[in-house]
Amino acid sequence: MGFEGVDFYRIDGLLSEEERAVRDTVRAWVDEQLMPVIGDCYIEGRFPKQLIPGLAELGVLGANLPEEYGCAALNNVAYGLIMQELERGDSGIRSFASVQGALVMYPIHAFGSEQQKRHWLPRLAAGKEIGCFGLTEPDYGSNPGGMITTARETGDGWVLNGTKMWITNGSQATVAVIWAKTGDVDDVKSIRGFIVPTETKGYAAKDQKGKLSLRASDTSEIHLEEVRLPKDAILPKSGGIKSPLSCLTQARYGISWGAIGAAMACYDEAVSYAKNRVMFGKPIGGTQIQQVRLADMLSEITKAQCLTLQLGRLKDAGTMTPQQVSLAKRNNVSMACDCAREARRLLGANGILVEYHSMRHLANLESVYTYEGTHDMHSLILGETITGIPAF
Amino acid sequence: MKIAVCIKRVPDTESRFAIAADQKSIATSGLKFDISDFDGYAIEVALRLNEQQGPGEVVAVSLGPEGTQETLRKALSMGVDRGVHLQAETIPFDGLAIAYALAHELRDAGYDLVLFGRNATDSGNACVGPMTAELLGLPCVSAVSYLEIKEGKGTAHRELEGMTETVAFALPAVLSIDEGIARPRLPSLKGIMAAKKKPLDSRPAQLGPIQLTVERMELPPERSGGRIVGEGAEAVPELVRLLRQEAKVL
Repeated sequence: MGFEGVDFYRIDGLLSEEERAVRDTVRAWVDEQLMPVIGDCYIEGRFPKQLIPGLAELGVLGANLPEEYGCAALNNVAYGLIMQELERGDSGIRSFASVQGALVMYPIHAFGSEQQKRHWLPRLAAGKEIGCFGLTEPDYGSNPGGMITTARETGDGWVLNGTKMWITNGSQATVAVIWAKTGDVDDVKSIRGFIVPTETKGYAAKDQKGKLSLRASDTSEIHLEEVRLPKDAILPKSGGIKSPLSCLTQARYGISWGAIGAAMACYDEAVSYAKNRVMFGKPIGGTQIQQVRLADMLSEITKAQCLTLQLGRLKDAGTMTPQQVSLAKRNNVSMACDCAREARRLLGANGILVEYHSMRHLANLESVYTYEGTHDMHSLILGETITGIPAF
Repeated sequence: MKIAVCIKRVPDTESRFAIAADQKSIATSGLKFDISDFDGYAIEVALRLNEQQGPGEVVAVSLGPEGTQETLRKALSMGVDRGVHLQAETIPFDGLAIAYALAHELRDAGYDLVLFGRNATDSGNACVGPMTAELLGLPCVSAVSYLEIKEGKGTAHRELEGMTETVAFALPAVLSIDEGIARPRLPSLKGIMAAKKKPLDSRPAQLGPIQLTVERMELPPERSGGRIVGEGAEAVPELVRLLRQEAKVL
């Protein structure tokens, strides 16, 4: 039986026919293509890259970018629903789509020249090129403005040097959007984006080994050693730390939706288990402790759905602020972590097995809690918004 | 080729059904609707035929209340070129009444093929396709599990109990499509966006007279508990007697 989602507050009625159709199509794709393989991929620590052509054909990659670049031109609510459905399957596959769309295609679209857009966007939308986004460095995570990767201008182009870490899609990428300082190491305004084909000499990616989370996702460390690029490798309209941060706002927006999907998957599994698992002569769903768990999950998922749909409507209206995205990312991922943990506990010993999904989601969500602005950093962003006093 | 696919909007088969207060229909509140499963196969067959055989037109036709347009738009998002909505307040149970409306729409419209699903997943009558063929005076092959069209002639397979029947037919023809012939594609996201811009005509259905109606719907009686007749071989004669005389299943 296919996944039915959670809709206690009839939120479906607030979606357009198209938005529902997009959601249903991606939901069916996840049921048919991802669910049968995700358990094995997770155990084996491998990204299901055989699914990329199907994802591209469906039109998932950069789905909210314009048609003229080979994209589906969906609104941001439909885009969010795609992220929700993908993460219902696994955070790793949603991460793949987030990076390709929000962190590679978005900056090329926002900061690239017309020629760069025409060259790269259709190929990325078709999954013929796979992208990654190099901002974080080993010593600069929450403080990306401190980065020490440099781009030195030469007579005929640029030379990049530095190390990037925690890069989703890093090893399988054919093209990287790398952020580097073109001026002094203290000059945050000199941060610019560069399009780097990964076959360029001096570019090396190494899988990050030993992950206990996002195991069905490719996470790498990138080394840039005297990477020589032509003059037109720079994203001409990028400038300062604001540019990469605006990409993160796009990705975090998608994560806010994605987290709801993961929470729904765990809730769905918990409800079904609670109804069927008999202990002391009755289903465990008939005990007060499990009912409280389920009521909490349903309440939190429903609240997250309401706030995230409004966030999407604000984004479509062009009035969404990064701080509003911080609130949603912080709230929803934390909520999803709680749902996954409680679902896993409700499942008892069975909950630790890969054939159930809650523990996989729980382990994944610990990364999602930490990446794209840690939960704590989003607390501080909100704190600054409330008080006007930065605490970081 | 110009191909019509007649599709029906039915409750999603994974829904939990309840009988409505009138005892004659399914309660529709909270139900999700979709294209009937077999009709999905028919759409896929039509799209593939034109993809393989060069340009043509695939037209989806559906009869029913306003929600039918959503079902037609799903067909458009899968790649169908044009939709025709035949407006009716409800979908009658009488297949002949529907067949009249479809024949009225399809007659003299130049279709090479008219496709149906083998049966609708809700009413399960499997009659509208053959009846429409009759009214149009066209050959009809039902439950087609394989199809080939060459030079204006068709060959179809039908799966019978333990054997396959091969049927040859001339075009134009009416076919009802069995499951498994071609897995229906998912609408792409671009397809969903494009569907909005494709033509979807809506006109009143010219239904035939309704000569049969559903009188009553009821759920099967709750199962009562089992009974242990005895143990071992000596219990068999009594079990057989009860199965014959009481349960009347032997």
